[in-house]
Amino acid sequence: MTLLEAVDVHVEFTSRGRRARAVDGVNLTVGEGEIVALVGESGCGKTTLARTLLGLERPASGAVRYGGAPLTYSTRALKAYRREVQLVPQDPTGSLNPRHTVYEAVAEGPRIHGLPGERERVASALSRAGLRPPERFFPVYPHELSGGQRQRVVIAGALALDPKVLVADEPVASLDASVRGEILALLLRLRAELGLSALVVTHDLGLAWNIADRVAVMYLGRIVESGPVEQVLSAPSHPYTQALLSVLPESPAPIVLGGEPPDPTRVPGGCRFHPRCQVLAGGKAAEAGVDGRCRSQPLSILPAVPGSRVACYFAEVSRAPL
Amino acid sequence: MTSPETRPGTRPEARRGGLLELRDVAVTYRSAAGDVPAVRGVSLELAEGEALGVAGESGSGKSTLALALLRLLPKTARVTGEIMLDGEDVLAMTWGRLRAVRWASASVVFQGAQHALNPVRRVGTQIAEPLLVHRMATPARARTRVTELLEQVGLPAWRARSYPHELSGGQRQRVMIAMALACEPQLIIADEPTTALDVMIQAQVLTLIRSLIAGRGISLIMISHDLSVLAATCDRLAVMYAGRLVETGPSREVFTGARHPYSRALAEAFPTVGDFASRMAPRGLGGDPPDPMRLPGGCSFHPRCPVALPSCAWRDVELWPADRAPEEPASPASSAPSHTAACVHVLPDPEAGPEPETTGEDETPAGRPAKESA
Amino acid sequence: MSDVTARRREGLARFWREYRAQRSGMYGAAILVVAVLAALLTPLLTDPSGLDVTRATGEKMAPPSLGFPLGTDESGRSILLMILWGSRVSLLIGFLSALLSMVIGTVVGITAGHFRGWPSAVLMRITDWFLVLPTLVLALVLAAILGGGTSTIVLAIGVTSWASTARLIRAQTLAVEARPYVERSRVLGGGHWHVMTRHVLPNVAPLVLANTTLTVAGAIVTESTLAFLGADAGQASWGSMLRGSYDWGAVTSGAWWYVLPPGLCIVAVVLAFTLCGRALEVVLNPRLRGVS
Ligand SMILES: Nc1ncnc2c1ncn2[C@@H]1O[C@H](COP(=O)(O)OP(=O)(O)OP(=O)(O)O)[C@@H](O)[C@H]1O
Ligand SMILES: Nc1ncnc2c1ncn2[C@@H]1O[C@H](COP(=O)(O)OP(=O)(O)O)[C@@H](O)[C@H]1O
Ligand code: SF4
Ligand code: SF4
Ligand SMILES: [Mg+2]
Ligand SMILES: [Mg+2]
Repeated sequence: MTLLEAVDVHVEFTSRGRRARAVDGVNLTVGEGEIVALVGESGCGKTTLARTLLGLERPASGAVRYGGAPLTYSTRALKAYRREVQLVPQDPTGSLNPRHTVYEAVAEGPRIHGLPGERERVASALSRAGLRPPERFFPVYPHELSGGQRQRVVIAGALALDPKVLVADEPVASLDASVRGEILALLLRLRAELGLSALVVTHDLGLAWNIADRVAVMYLGRIVESGPVEQVLSAPSHPYTQALLSVLPESPAPIVLGGEPPDPTRVPGGCRFHPRCQVLAGGKAAEAGVDGRCRSQPLSILPAVPGSRVACYFAEVSRAPL
Repeated sequence: MTSPETRPGTRPEARRGGLLELRDVAVTYRSAAGDVPAVRGVSLELAEGEALGVAGESGSGKSTLALALLRLLPKTARVTGEIMLDGEDVLAMTWGRLRAVRWASASVVFQGAQHALNPVRRVGTQIAEPLLVHRMATPARARTRVTELLEQVGLPAWRARSYPHELSGGQRQRVMIAMALACEPQLIIADEPTTALDVMIQAQVLTLIRSLIAGRGISLIMISHDLSVLAATCDRLAVMYAGRLVETGPSREVFTGARHPYSRALAEAFPTVGDFASRMAPRGLGGDPPDPMRLPGGCSFHPRCPVALPSCAWRDVELWPADRAPEEPASPASSAPSHTAACVHVLPDPEAGPEPETTGEDETPAGRPAKESA
Repeated sequence: MSDVTARRREGLARFWREYRAQRSGMYGAAILVVAVLAALLTPLLTDPSGLDVTRATGEKMAPPSLGFPLGTDESGRSILLMILWGSRVSLLIGFLSALLSMVIGTVVGITAGHFRGWPSAVLMRITDWFLVLPTLVLALVLAAILGGGTSTIVLAIGVTSWASTARLIRAQTLAVEARPYVERSRVLGGGHWHVMTRHVLPNVAPLVLANTTLTVAGAIVTESTLAFLGADAGQASWGSMLRGSYDWGAVTSGAWWYVLPPGLCIVAVVLAFTLCGRALEVVLNPRLRGVS
């Protein structure tokens, strides 16, 4: 069942007089007990979408829906919403107030919401996040913890509110390789034990492969391919997804896309990936007779469905008919 | 390996290891809280044109080791051992000689290099600076050289007039690489050159580094915590834990057939997409990185080691030949075996095998009881 | 949570250790301790009746002698006695007006830093206006309108001197608000009040403390100047003593004992507060930067 949903969300910023379409029409759902990975290179709008889902940014058009009802932005409604949907921020060190102890950091949410049994709540959140025995960590300050432990404290802070959905922005990007697996395993365990859903924002495809059920690949404010992880990551259809997978250190034939990172103030016409598309540049799109459309005809926005979908003219015609 | 003429004052036999040779290098920082042994006896060799990857988690001493190679450490650091660069002992060099060696023989691309650029000066000026400082070019010649260098790292010449904030993270990293190449050094030391970058930019930078070292025979020492990145770029890998090497060997072998449990954990941390064994099964390493001021006795990895034996709490194993064929008679690394690991499990008989000979300078000899440190 | 209190105490001890290393700060603190002790003990040790012109016992304008260690003024009152009682007025006005200035400055600064958009713009416009206004003239006008008295002087100084503090606090607030932990707090459901009191205020507090100390020094100078210009609190302060000495031509008549003591007291106390404030800045600021 769908829990958290983005319906045709557009988010815009004006920077130096120019309009940046950071999120430019996104449909995305996170079902109950589901882990969805949102992947893409930096600057493609992942963080903006995640912040919009948390109500930190208001969409220019479209809506965020939770449990079927559209999100309202009154102070009271947002406060109630944030007991259900919680954030795990990218940088655990910056996300903890250096003047607050672990206890105070984890108790912050319960205090804001006036929840009873603060001490027990904090203790159980810490132990669910894998910091045991919790009492040992109560008086500790963040600078005395390792990076992995800090990330656990942040996760415990979110868990203390008994949320239904976690939105995690690059939860392991600032952590060492050796602790990365531990934090990912924790997310899986929380799903198994508490039925927690999660949207994990990342540029790391290995992370998606490690823990996600579904993956959505984002390019320049749009989702260009989505579907079950096994399908999308073992047999990618979109040229961009193929390129992302091909540059993983293990892969035999990397397709390194040249050019500048995409700029949301200058979204190209036609398929927004076409200036960098290796299929178009290599002439395969022309062979298939779609190159004209690639350059000039805008693609429709992908719907949020569980099956796999791809926004590419070439993939549409070259996909074997079922 | 080339055989250049012997310079006055250098020992010819030191050339055997090639471009760079470290013998038992140790670095200790003096701090208010006490001495921090950040690097504890590292010996390595690097041949000309070879690319060596140094892996390890944060705090394992990778950057300290890299900085020690060119004596770039702060005054509070004490370096012991022997660092032979192209036949010269770096630790014995005069300041003048050292300044000449930096940039010209070996240059460093620092960790967090994107922030190492001066924000108020054009990048072209910054690239030209080492050339002018070392009087390796006239100002006019330096300008053409900057254009060449920018082209080599895949940036258009007009980028010389840009300020650092006008460049993306990947482009700034390229500028740093161009600076490192300016004086045509024989060795480049790159500390986490891609860590803050996303996959596509990382691929661009790695491709660039690979083509540069292949094209001009430059040696490379690359530092990262991502073993897969190192394995894809380097010929040999060295894995560091708590200031020591725990495994060295050819990249492929270390990455796919690690013999030390710590290297194994690092290798497994990043899954191969498409490998169903790692699907829904992220693997990591429990426990916390060790505090260098309170290292556990015995094998310093034993509190986190999934395959530790009771004897590991007091017995410290040195690097030991760990080639895939263990039937050959085990002898301490004399004939420079290609693959070595510092784990009791690579010994012929882990339970009661011969104690590895301890070289006198070792601070924690095998068999020391582990009582004094918790 | 006695662990936490123990750690707080430890933090305080470390602060003291670092402060002690600041030699000039220690000199400042020593002078302040003497000044504050003198001000507090004066009523216990001396008789205020000697301040009454009609009951003064000394000779007029007498140089220092055994009975009057700092001489007497034009009415035969003991200068020492006046200095001691004057210290109470000067320090009290200094402290109270600095407090008022800090409260206004902190509230305005945090509010302007927290609420972006028009509230911030309006507040900063007002702040800029107060910043360019000549404080002394404004205070004189205010004192004239409100009539004499300690509270008037405190109000006049406090209301005219908060602007630079507000700018400082706003800048610091903006820096704190950009920290990821503030966003985390918002996502946890924290409202404006929560963010401002739990995250911003504790972070700007050290800055406020250091700044208050400097403001006290400024306030004492302003008080003296106001008193010298005729707007006094109705009680003898160091400033009004200077005024008296000027009125009686003490300088030209060579009555140095009437001019120097109040002048030196002002200089010493202002210097002491400044030294303490600078030392506090040095001790507290690296922590502000280092920890976050
Ligand atoms: N200036 C210093 N004074 C005292 N200790 C230091 C200093 N610099 C580094 N250390 C300590 O030395 C050890 C090794 O540090 P180093 O920076 O080499 O680690 P690293 O492997 O490069 O980690 P990272 O991936 O975080 O850069 C750490 O325990 C660190 O705390
Ligand atoms: N507050 C903002 N003002 C202006 N531009 C912004 C802002 N936040 C994000 N952007 C721009 O929107 C684009 C998407 O940003 P972001 O969502 O952070 O990307 P990602 O998380 O994928 O790296 C970027 O080009 C970024 O510069
Ligand atoms: S639509 Fe055309 S340009 Fe876009 S990704 Fe597909 S082939 Fe490339
Ligand atoms: S020596 Fe023992 S503790 Fe150390 S890595 Fe090997 S098995 Fe583990
Ligand atoms: Mg981001
Ligand atoms: Mg480092």
